[in-house]
Amino acid sequence: MSVQAGHVVSLTVNGSPATRTVEPRLLLSDFLRHELGLTGTHVGCEHGVCGACTVLLDGEAVRSCLLFAVQADGHAVETVEGLAAGGELHPIQAAFHETHALQCGFCTPGFLMTLVPYLREHPTPTEQEIREALSGNLCRCTGYKNIVDAVALAARRGAAAGRQGAEAAPARRAGSGAARRGAA
Amino acid sequence: MSARWLGERVPRLEDTKLLTGRALFTDDVDLPGMLHAAFLRSDDAHGVLRSVDVEAARRRPGVVAVWTAADLGEYWKPGPALVPPPPIAGLVFNSATQVPLAREKVRHVGEPLALVVAVSRYVAEDALDDIVVDVEPLLAVTDLEAALAPGAPRVHEALGGNVAARARQSKGDYAAARGRAHKVIARRFRYDRGAAAAIENRGVVAAWDAKTEELTVWDTTQAPIPIRNGLAAMLGLGESQVRVVAPFIGGGFGPKIMMFYPEEVLIPWAAMRLGRPVKWIEDRQENFYATTQERLQIHDAELAVAKDGTILGVKDRFLFDTGAYDPYGLTIPINSQCTLLGPYAVPNYDSEFTAVFTNRPIVTPVRGAGRQHGVFVMERLLDLAAKELGMDRVEIRRRNFLPPDAFPHDHQILFQDFAPLTYDSGDYGPAMDRAVDAIGYERFLREEQPALRRAGRHVGLGIVSYIEGTGIGPYEGARVTIEPSGSVRVATGVGTQGQGHFTTFAQLVSDVLGMDPSKVQVITGDTREFGWGTGTFASRGAVVAGNAVHEAAIRVRKKVLKLASEVLGVDAGELFLECGSVHVKGAPERSLRLGDLARKANPLRGGVAPGTEPGLEATAYFGPERGNAANGVHAMIVEVDPETCEVRIRRYVVVHDCGTVINPTVVEGQVQGGVAMGIGNAFYEQLVWDENGQLMNASFMDYLLPTALDVPAVEMRHTVTPSPLNPLGAKGVGEAGAIPAAAAFAQAVEDALEGEIEVLEIPLSPNRLFDLLGSRSRP
Repeated sequence: MSVQAGHVVSLTVNGSPATRTVEPRLLLSDFLRHELGLTGTHVGCEHGVCGACTVLLDGEAVRSCLLFAVQADGHAVETVEGLAAGGELHPIQAAFHETHALQCGFCTPGFLMTLVPYLREHPTPTEQEIREALSGNLCRCTGYKNIVDAVALAARRGAAAGRQGAEAAPARRAGSGAARRGAA
Repeated sequence: MSARWLGERVPRLEDTKLLTGRALFTDDVDLPGMLHAAFLRSDDAHGVLRSVDVEAARRRPGVVAVWTAADLGEYWKPGPALVPPPPIAGLVFNSATQVPLAREKVRHVGEPLALVVAVSRYVAEDALDDIVVDVEPLLAVTDLEAALAPGAPRVHEALGGNVAARARQSKGDYAAARGRAHKVIARRFRYDRGAAAAIENRGVVAAWDAKTEELTVWDTTQAPIPIRNGLAAMLGLGESQVRVVAPFIGGGFGPKIMMFYPEEVLIPWAAMRLGRPVKWIEDRQENFYATTQERLQIHDAELAVAKDGTILGVKDRFLFDTGAYDPYGLTIPINSQCTLLGPYAVPNYDSEFTAVFTNRPIVTPVRGAGRQHGVFVMERLLDLAAKELGMDRVEIRRRNFLPPDAFPHDHQILFQDFAPLTYDSGDYGPAMDRAVDAIGYERFLREEQPALRRAGRHVGLGIVSYIEGTGIGPYEGARVTIEPSGSVRVATGVGTQGQGHFTTFAQLVSDVLGMDPSKVQVITGDTREFGWGTGTFASRGAVVAGNAVHEAAIRVRKKVLKLASEVLGVDAGELFLECGSVHVKGAPERSLRLGDLARKANPLRGGVAPGTEPGLEATAYFGPERGNAANGVHAMIVEVDPETCEVRIRRYVVVHDCGTVINPTVVEGQVQGGVAMGIGNAFYEQLVWDENGQLMNASFMDYLLPTALDVPAVEMRHTVTPSPLNPLGAKGVGEAGAIPAAAAFAQAVEDALEGEIEVLEIPLSPNRLFDLLGSRSRP
């Protein structure tokens, strides 16, 4: 089989329209990373187990390594690059920072994209529920504890803000990674 | 100089990039005209390579080049022996190092046979299917004992057999000690292979600029400087013509410091030959075959004890699976040999290992690097001895701890760094006390366990001690520069794979130069920024590079004070640094911003006095005379369901001593993550091979990593005995969590099952536990 005929794919990614002509076999993960240059979505296993490539398709978490780009035609995709809108870290990103929930950071985008819809639908999860929600994403560095803490922190803030989901939580400016002493 | 930032929980400075998807990983590098590589790998573990026919692949549209071993000409060379054998009397060492592409023979599944470069990875992989390989299979060498039998098939014909190495280290007179013993505990222990399984696979991108005659290589390596030096030598370039960048790395754990992988040898070469950038990114399946692995050892060990539990001596004979090649020499088995001694006084020791070539992928250090085997064997022997002597398991450990006045303690054998195995400092009793207290040892055994047992529950406790040899040389360096903007740049040669170097190194500089860590920009793993050093391994980043960073900052501070005293006309002793400025004591309004001072130190006109260097910059190096002895105690409580053989970890306590702590949050993160890997090794992770050397579970569907449901929150306690071997007093912590987990797990499971089984092997999967339980008469 040689290079295959192209198919036109039109979709929105992080709210912006994109149209490309691609081979039907091109994975959505490779499309995002290499066609659109959105390299924040990472690929760890290419068989749907590790969760590093998780993105949102019409708001739902999906494994972009298990989808073809052509399947995203006409849909809305959100990636980690879209989370810190307007330079503000998303509350779940801020919580990851504050609880040291990432080390090498390679798996982190997949965790974040799994958690955004999860917290929207489960604004006050128990620790066991958080662990179950995380169990489809593999992290080799952290041992998960601080990720669990980050989710709990984001959920508490969402609840404290009195609205559904973590989006309501106060956010911190991205890039202001100023060292602060004695944080959580 | 105040210790304002040392020891503080500074949130990580590198996080924002990683959280927003802006951090550069190797696979994110995208260059104009870039081509993509794929490797054809051997399906056979052992065989005569008759031919590799690549003609059809070459004809495929989109394919740019295809190479086999025969096409490499003089560039085809076995890789370097990385670690020469240490000067141990009577040592046997047979070196056989990996080749860029196999020729004449294949020696493990996944060994590369051909390299395809094409316009896309998809086309390159299509072309792999066009290649016809003719291999005449040979019997595979997979069993360590059978490998040593006369007439066994040989992995390397040129060698007399499958012995890669044999080394004996001893002290005292074990035979005499055995003769005096009240009990001798002898068992066979087995610890099996696993994968490091960093979530980022390996990758290499190379670009040759014919105009500047410079080669740039992005590489998922833990050792960019040795890679640069080796590539320059192989390619006939000067070291300054080669720039190796280890950008953000998605987890290392050891296998990313292997000089050289075939892909690291070939991708830069291909980029130079083709005059176009070439990228190769490993996929997960390749990672299971082509990235190095670790851990199969079989120990026949015995412990001679007196009636009161005093250790009289230990004898150990063990086999170590080095895989198809042995580029790392004896590092791992020597770690096992040394780490077995643990925090104990062992007056008589006789240890000999045989490293064995097999038809499995290459073995190099993985987080712990043989240390867990030593801990497992010793701690299990002590457990068994306690049982036979009717002693408490904590008590037998306490009885044998080296006393606090025993340091420095010379064990009279050599460590992996070729220096005598000498512990720098430690105080083991209090660490055990704290662990006993934290896990509630007495109450658990006296009240909780009996009550739960009466209720039909199977709960058990494990508690073990360990030493982690850390922070070995030879050296690292760092350059600290105050820029005219007032910010500070720190460049060091070590690469970073998530350890928090951007933050901890900044903290070290902040205290010395009186500024906020957020004003300190740390650059790691780019040979153009800093070209001297070795790499990130053996829990040595904070110790070796950290001390170099600290010393360089001190030298810059001296330059600051000297120049400021000249400019302000006051004695340097009257100055102090705070908030990015130099101030006069008692008159803080008289001050100079460090950035302004940096500008003055690099004037456009006027004179820089003889003997004065321009700028506010200094470079320093640190090389410890030998490694440190970090130590700790792990304790856990488990519950076993004897029907399903599920084991739940109810609590996990770690008391550890890594010397001076720079950032407790980072240290705790390293320990928690290490424990997770240790739990994976202990219960979930095993590479399963058949008798033909085929790997049966080369995917994350079949090779199980622990998930968030499996790893408990570790309760942590720090004890601190600063190391006297470096100014910071740091000892290193990267591997500590992973090392003793299996030993604690084994003891806890055994305890939970009330001694019905002996756990002498790791991993202890649910299936294996079921078999063990089935082998004794079920109730």
